[in-house]
Formats: sequence, C-alpha cells, structure tokens
Amino acid sequence: MKKNRRWPAIYLALIFIILYAPIFYLIFYSFNSGGTMYQFEGFTLDWYRELFADTRLLIIVLNTIIIALLSAAISTIIGVAGALAIAYARKRRVKNTLLSLNNVLIVSPDVIIGASFLILFTMIGLKLGFVSVLLAHIAFSVPIVVLMVLPKIEEMSTSMIYAAMDLGASRFDVLTKVILPYITPGIFAGFFMALTYSLDDFAVTFFVTGNGFTTLSVEIYSLARRGVSLNINALSALLFLFTIILVIGYYFITKRNDKPNGMGVRQ
Amino acid sequence: MRTNSRNFYLIPYVLWIALFVVAPLLLVLYYSFFDIEGHFTLENYRKFFTPVYLKMTLSSFWYAFLITLFSLLIAYPTAFLLTKTKHKQLWLLLIILPSWINLLLKAYAFLGIFGTYGAANSFLDVMGIGGRQILFTDFSFIFVSVYIFLPFMILPIFNSLDELNPTLLDASNDLGGSSWVTFKRVIFPLTLDGVKAGCQIVFIPALSLFMLTRLIAGNRVITLGTAIEQHFLVTQDWGMGSTIAVFLIIAMVFIMVLTGRRKRGIL
Repeated sequence: MKKNRRWPAIYLALIFIILYAPIFYLIFYSFNSGGTMYQFEGFTLDWYRELFADTRLLIIVLNTIIIALLSAAISTIIGVAGALAIAYARKRRVKNTLLSLNNVLIVSPDVIIGASFLILFTMIGLKLGFVSVLLAHIAFSVPIVVLMVLPKIEEMSTSMIYAAMDLGASRFDVLTKVILPYITPGIFAGFFMALTYSLDDFAVTFFVTGNGFTTLSVEIYSLARRGVSLNINALSALLFLFTIILVIGYYFITKRNDKPNGMGVRQ
Repeated sequence: MRTNSRNFYLIPYVLWIALFVVAPLLLVLYYSFFDIEGHFTLENYRKFFTPVYLKMTLSSFWYAFLITLFSLLIAYPTAFLLTKTKHKQLWLLLIILPSWINLLLKAYAFLGIFGTYGAANSFLDVMGIGGRQILFTDFSFIFVSVYIFLPFMILPIFNSLDELNPTLLDASNDLGGSSWVTFKRVIFPLTLDGVKAGCQIVFIPALSLFMLTRLIAGNRVITLGTAIEQHFLVTQDWGMGSTIAVFLIIAMVFIMVLTGRRKRGIL
C-alpha cells in the first residue's frame, strides 16, 4: 500500500515537468550570450536590450494590445446583448437556434474561420489590415462572452426583476440598476476571455492580415520559420510573465464570482 | 412593451450572427463551386475524390486520431490523480497555465529542444542511444501536438471526475467491486461526457492546425488545415481551399454529433 502511494506523485510530477520544461527552456536560453538554443555560454541581457531597442517590434506589441483591448470591449458589449437576447427569448426554439449559431464559431477550427473571413472581407471590398483584423477578433470573441454571461443571467431570480418593476422602475432602470450589476462578474470574466482569445490568436489573424499590419503571434511565426533567434526567447520570457499576471487576475475574478452572495443581492 | 426591449437586445447580436456566422459559411460553400479563374464548376469536388486528396484526408484523420488517443491516455490518469490532491483547484490552475502561453512560442521551444544539438539529443547521447534527427519527423509532430492539447483534454475530464459523487465509489466498494471493476463500471461510464468533450476539443483542432505541421513537421505532414492554408494563401486557389474547408466542416459536424452530450444546451 505504501509503495502505491508513491507512483501518483511521480506521475504528476513528470507531467508537470514535461508541461513546464519547454517554457523554462526558452526562458533559460534567453539569457544565453552564445546566440543558440543548445550551448549556454554566458549570462547576458543583450537579447532583452535588443528587444526594447527594436521599434518595429514595439509597434507590433502595441498593435496587438490595441486590437485585444478594442475587440474585447466591443465583443463584450455585443456578447452581453446577445446573452440577454438568448436568456429572454420566449420561444424555446428561438433560444436553441440562437445558442447553436452562437457555438458555431467556438467549435469551428481557426483555419475555417480565417479562410471564410478572408472571403467575406474581400467580397465586401474591405482592405486587409487593422480593421479586418479587429473585426475578425470581435467576431470570434463574441460567442465566448455570451457563454460566460449567460449562466449569470439564468441564475438570477426573475422575482428581482418583477420587484423592481413593481417598485416603478422603467425597463432601462431594470437593465442598468438590477440586471447589469448582478451579472457584472460574468461580464468581467467574458471580457477577460475575449482578451486572451485575441492575444492568443494566430491562425485567424494570419489569414485576414494584409502586408502592412502584423500582430505579435504572426510576427513570432514568421521569425520562427526563419529559425532560432534568441530575440524570440527574450520575448517569450516577457510574455510568460505577462500571462502569469493575467492568470492571477483571472483567478481572483472567478474567485469573487464563486462567493455565494445571499439572496442574489450584491453586497 | 416586452417585445420592444427584446428586439433591442437582439439587433446587434443577430447582425453579428448574420454577418460573421451565417454569411462566411455560405460564402465558403459558394466559393467551393468555382475554379481558380472564377468559372462555375464541380471540378473541385471531383478533384477532392482523387487519390491525392483522399490520401491526405485519411492521413490527416489518422494523425488527429493518434494525437487524441495519446492525449486521452496521458490526460485521464493525470485528471484522476489531480482530483485526489489536496489543493486540487490550485494544481488544476497550474496544469492549465501553460495552455495560456502562446502556442507558437511553445512550438518554437521545441525547435530548440528537438534540434540537432538540442536538449533531447544530448539526453539521448547521455543515455547511450546516440543523437538522431528528431525535428521534422512524425514523432516530433505528434509529441508537440499532444503537449499542446494535453491541458484541453485534462480540463473536461477533471471537471466530470470532480462532479462524481464519492458515495457511488463507496457503494461499489461495499458491494465487493475491486478498484478495477469500480473504475470500469462506475467511474469511467460516469465521466464519459468529460472524455467525449475532451476528444472533441482535441480532435477538431488536430485536423486543422497548420502552423505545427509547418514549424515542427517541416511540411512532411499535411493535414486538412495545412491544405486549406496552402490553397488560400500560397496558390491562391480559393475554390479548392473552400472545397476542402467544406469537407472539414462536414467532418466537424460529424464529430460533434458523435461526441454530442445527451444534455443539450448551455455548457
């Protein structure tokens, strides 16, 4: 029995090592003065210095962040409206149809989304670049926002809405003073997911971005296709840090979500 | 009164559905009937049923199957052991964390690890097996894919294991079931939904991820996704690309029906 106890720990430890080894491998070699990913010659911060001196890359980072924030904000607005539409659809069939259509983009492979958006944008005559990338990111972030917000709306008791209406609140008041405050945690979670979807996306962006406009993922891809350069390592170390900060943020948001809050009233 | 406000929520959302869900899918279907010069034709479909494309489709499915199988074999015990740990939510978060790191960076890390002088080859040298070509082989492609998809497989299985009522296990024990029988008759059937969800999350992207085949398999492996990307962005034969996309969508729907859960609707 005691021998049995050991194996699970070893197995889990192995999985953890395998999951994290490549990431730390990358970060470790970002400090290598040798310029390769196999022989550690000496400690240096040159790659980071080079990274921060590279204005083209900094502009790409800025582009990526702007796209992520804008697309997350806009898709959150559309997604909340969508979640409300689904939740308050009276006919069951309408509701199910909307939900199925909502989930199409979540299960679709990125290549299909990218290729079909490429056709769409060329059909409309939209020039590929910032706007097309932004529209694509909004489009694929909306359904995840809906899925994050919808459960919050459905768990809300309808008697709260009736109570507000009985007390003389207008429809608009009910929305802004009762429903929206109640579903705020869901909205935040949705915004966060949209943000990470946008930051992480490569395939869709790769299809709908023109020559002049690049996001970080696309840039990493074209760099990586040319082979190893330790700039990417330095970049990945910084991104890893950034990701950890994001995850911690997300962790606290969901933690707050889970707190039971009385009769459904926000304290 | 009610109807008015409902319509108001619906407008942006239905617009989004029409423009970015329905229209792109129809456009892909429409384009699949045109050849590279823009003439209406069924030639693309005829071409798809030639041995070249059928073989590619089959090998694509085979790779996706292998990737899903290995992910499942590794993920199930991991998820199972995770539910037994003390701070399981924290450990789960740590397992999920690598999936938030940009996929391309992880693929790039393996360029270094599996490279000619990389860590994997040094390890093989130390073990006395001797270095060999690892990058650009089937092994590296499947290994990296499993590495990337593992967290996505673990999460749904973990959730379904976590929901499992522990009294059922006690009951099985009391009735004289060995741990293997308990697993086969109680645990596995009750977590089948999680397994199906995991397989769905892994299989569909495994059919379509083109950046991995490009970076890790060095164009040796051609999946449906790679073929679509090739047709859309390299040879500019959108018709043929759309035709392959149509078949990928059919495959996707088929897989979703196959792994569909009895409980339909929201998550």
